[in-house]
Amino acid sequence: MSVLIDKFDVFAGGFWLTLQICVLAAIGALILGAIVAVLRISPVPPLRAVGTAYVNIFRNMPLTVVMFFAAFGLPALGSNADFLRIPGMDAVFTRLGTDLPYFRFALIALVLYTAAFVCEALRSGVNAVPAGQAEAARSLGLTFGQNLRYVVLPQSWKASIVPLGSVIIAMIKNSALVGFFGVVGDLSQTADQLTSAEGYAFIPVAIGISIGYLIMTVPLGALLDRIEKRQAVAR
Amino acid sequence: MRMKRVAALAAAATLALGLAACGDNGSDEGTGSGGESKSFAAGSTMERLNKAQAIKIGTKFDQPGFGLKGLSGKPEGFDVEVAKIIVKELGIPEDKIEWVETPSKVREDVIVNGTVDLVAATYTINDTRKERIAFAGPYYEAGQNILVKKDDTTITGPDSFKDGTKKVCSVTGSTPAEEIKKHVKDVATQLVLFDTYDKCRDALKGGQVDAVTTDNVILLGYIAKDEASFKLAGENFTKEPYGIGVKKEDTDFRNFVNDTLEKAYSDGSWKKAWDDTAGKFGAELGNPPAVNRY
Amino acid sequence: MSQQTVLYDVPGPRQRRVTLLSSLVATVLVLVGLYYLVYRPLDDKGQFSMELWGPLLDPDNEYFPQVWDRLGVGLKNTLTAAILAIVSSLVVGTLLAVLRIQLKSLTRRRFTGLATPVSYLLRGLSAVLSAVTRVCVEVFRGLPVVITIFFVARGFPEFGLYLDNLWYLVIGLTIYNSVVIAEILRSGMEGLPGGQAEAAAAIGLSPLQTTRMILLPQAFRIMLPALISQLVVVLKDTSLGFIISYEETLNIGKQIIGALDNPIQVYVVIAVLFIVVNYALSKLAQYVQRRLSRGRKTAGTPAQNPPPAALMSQAEGGGMGGGV
Repeated sequence: MSVLIDKFDVFAGGFWLTLQICVLAAIGALILGAIVAVLRISPVPPLRAVGTAYVNIFRNMPLTVVMFFAAFGLPALGSNADFLRIPGMDAVFTRLGTDLPYFRFALIALVLYTAAFVCEALRSGVNAVPAGQAEAARSLGLTFGQNLRYVVLPQSWKASIVPLGSVIIAMIKNSALVGFFGVVGDLSQTADQLTSAEGYAFIPVAIGISIGYLIMTVPLGALLDRIEKRQAVAR
Repeated sequence: MRMKRVAALAAAATLALGLAACGDNGSDEGTGSGGESKSFAAGSTMERLNKAQAIKIGTKFDQPGFGLKGLSGKPEGFDVEVAKIIVKELGIPEDKIEWVETPSKVREDVIVNGTVDLVAATYTINDTRKERIAFAGPYYEAGQNILVKKDDTTITGPDSFKDGTKKVCSVTGSTPAEEIKKHVKDVATQLVLFDTYDKCRDALKGGQVDAVTTDNVILLGYIAKDEASFKLAGENFTKEPYGIGVKKEDTDFRNFVNDTLEKAYSDGSWKKAWDDTAGKFGAELGNPPAVNRY
Repeated sequence: MSQQTVLYDVPGPRQRRVTLLSSLVATVLVLVGLYYLVYRPLDDKGQFSMELWGPLLDPDNEYFPQVWDRLGVGLKNTLTAAILAIVSSLVVGTLLAVLRIQLKSLTRRRFTGLATPVSYLLRGLSAVLSAVTRVCVEVFRGLPVVITIFFVARGFPEFGLYLDNLWYLVIGLTIYNSVVIAEILRSGMEGLPGGQAEAAAAIGLSPLQTTRMILLPQAFRIMLPALISQLVVVLKDTSLGFIISYEETLNIGKQIIGALDNPIQVYVVIAVLFIVVNYALSKLAQYVQRRLSRGRKTAGTPAQNPPPAALMSQAEGGGMGGGV
């Protein structure tokens, strides 16, 4: 067990990197997912088709494959994802602006993949708003955009928040894959490194890594349970 | 009604499982070379394997030239051929070998666990590993080198990474990855690790990294395939003697493998194995390395 | 679907013309963009050459039979692992859900009629068991599947348990997915109207009988779509077998790439394979959902809409670990 203490800084570093990628990916996925959700419910049929196609493609592909396309397809397109080198972000997210693009590639893959699930979570929220609300809004003469903004979305986000939280939890866990696609030093890659290259016993390292993930996922899950129970009572 | 549906589901599942199980039989194709029962010392690993007429060998499935399970569905390469020489000496027919994929990081584990009987998988002999397993051989001596783009003049050796700007790629859990860590300034911004060298090569080609480092023979394989793009930067900077991994306490078996290797050196089968496989990449075979009987 | 159409008026002739025109313009713009940003760079790098695609698409290519032979092996292995994992997760998950519900009702029981120390002991025991199962569920739900699979494949041998890679993968997937399925079923059972359990108690069914005969069948029914989407998750998750050298589709793809050097092409084909199979599965889920809701209307069974818990689990089923 002493590896947990001896290598605490390594575990902490891995945790910090995983946390970074999760925060960035969550922000990106929420934004992109919201856009896709609007596309999916928009009045324009071609836009709806685009939204639906997006969701169907990314929801049905293993994340490993998405990661691969981000890490090897983007370079083939001649991009190093340099648009993510946002000035000022470097101070906190040190990996974002490095010459090594794999952090950015992994981020893009996580965002693209998770956005499909975010979209579905948001849509389930919109579907939970009674139809009469939107009909009433329409009969007042509100347009699609106004309808969403003033009537549907303010009510739907409550129903979306629990599924959204589940999606984010899933994303945190999915981030364990980035280590296989060139990101050195995240939580699960740390485990790999310590056990296979540095020869530490597997069980203590695995426990350390598990604690790292559980610190992120369990409190979030507990929070969601509370919200869910509250909503159930309110209902 | 519901029961019926459940039953139907169960039946469908059973059927699918049955089908899946049936499919397994297709892969066996006997080459017909019968096994011979040789006499080995009673109680030795050789006797056990010969009696069982079956052996499990760990090798890589993704290492061109050494162990690559390509389109034929059977691994091919120098490691595989060397293993076959040993198997032949054990009196076991080739088609009784069960090949097990052993990526770099599990090699010690599978030997200790007894998942495989021996490992031939570009397996560098070193002292850390000798604490858990034993090595026969070496049967080849490679050396770590660096692959760069043809027009690159800035990288001349491992020390070119010391200034902290050049990016280098290797494979998770491999010796070269650990070695190059000593030469880079900042692991976070300079080192990329993948699960196969193919990915490293693609990253070098795409310009995401400046160099790939691993044993020269592997790199020579990439140069052979694409001479216009790549070259080696400088000389080998380590010695990587490849050995056959066996159980630590099994000295008899280790000696047997060593004897077999020496025999293969003298009767030419070692050289033939090389020429048929990694030798096609244009790497020098050199003289047979002296086996180390410790 | 119905919700979407209530968000806006049916477009009039003018709106339709505007839509049509702008769609056309947008399509042209997108196509031009794709040509310059995707097709051109890929073509410059020779990614469309038949040398790279031929082994995968051209039946006359010398490698074609071998490549598809190998991919067939991979698909078979993927499906074997997926089917084994889903069947065992369903069984284990159902047992776990029943166990948790039972333990929960046990902790509420006062064990009257027994000697006081015995009743305290039993209450304490059931409370402890309930807590233990809860912790197990939380832990395995909160861990990435990769880690669980890794745990099994590296951990089991440490305890002297050696299995084929297939079983490591199946056990790893089962541990994770049975916990998720247990939660889906549990929230399904708890979301049922309280009257169901009360009525069952009133006609003298024991708690176990109530769960088995009244709650579980209804929960299964409500949660069937969520369960099917969990199947999609399992199928995708088998691709993690590459971590422990199990020869599923993706791993075989890796070997093919090693021989033919056409990574992008191989991955495109594998992606299409996965999308087709999983899309068919999710269509099946939708079909089942539609049939169930239709059945409900006519039969007038008590459970109307899936409770919010169900919705959550559904998102979870799709999202949790999806892909990892």
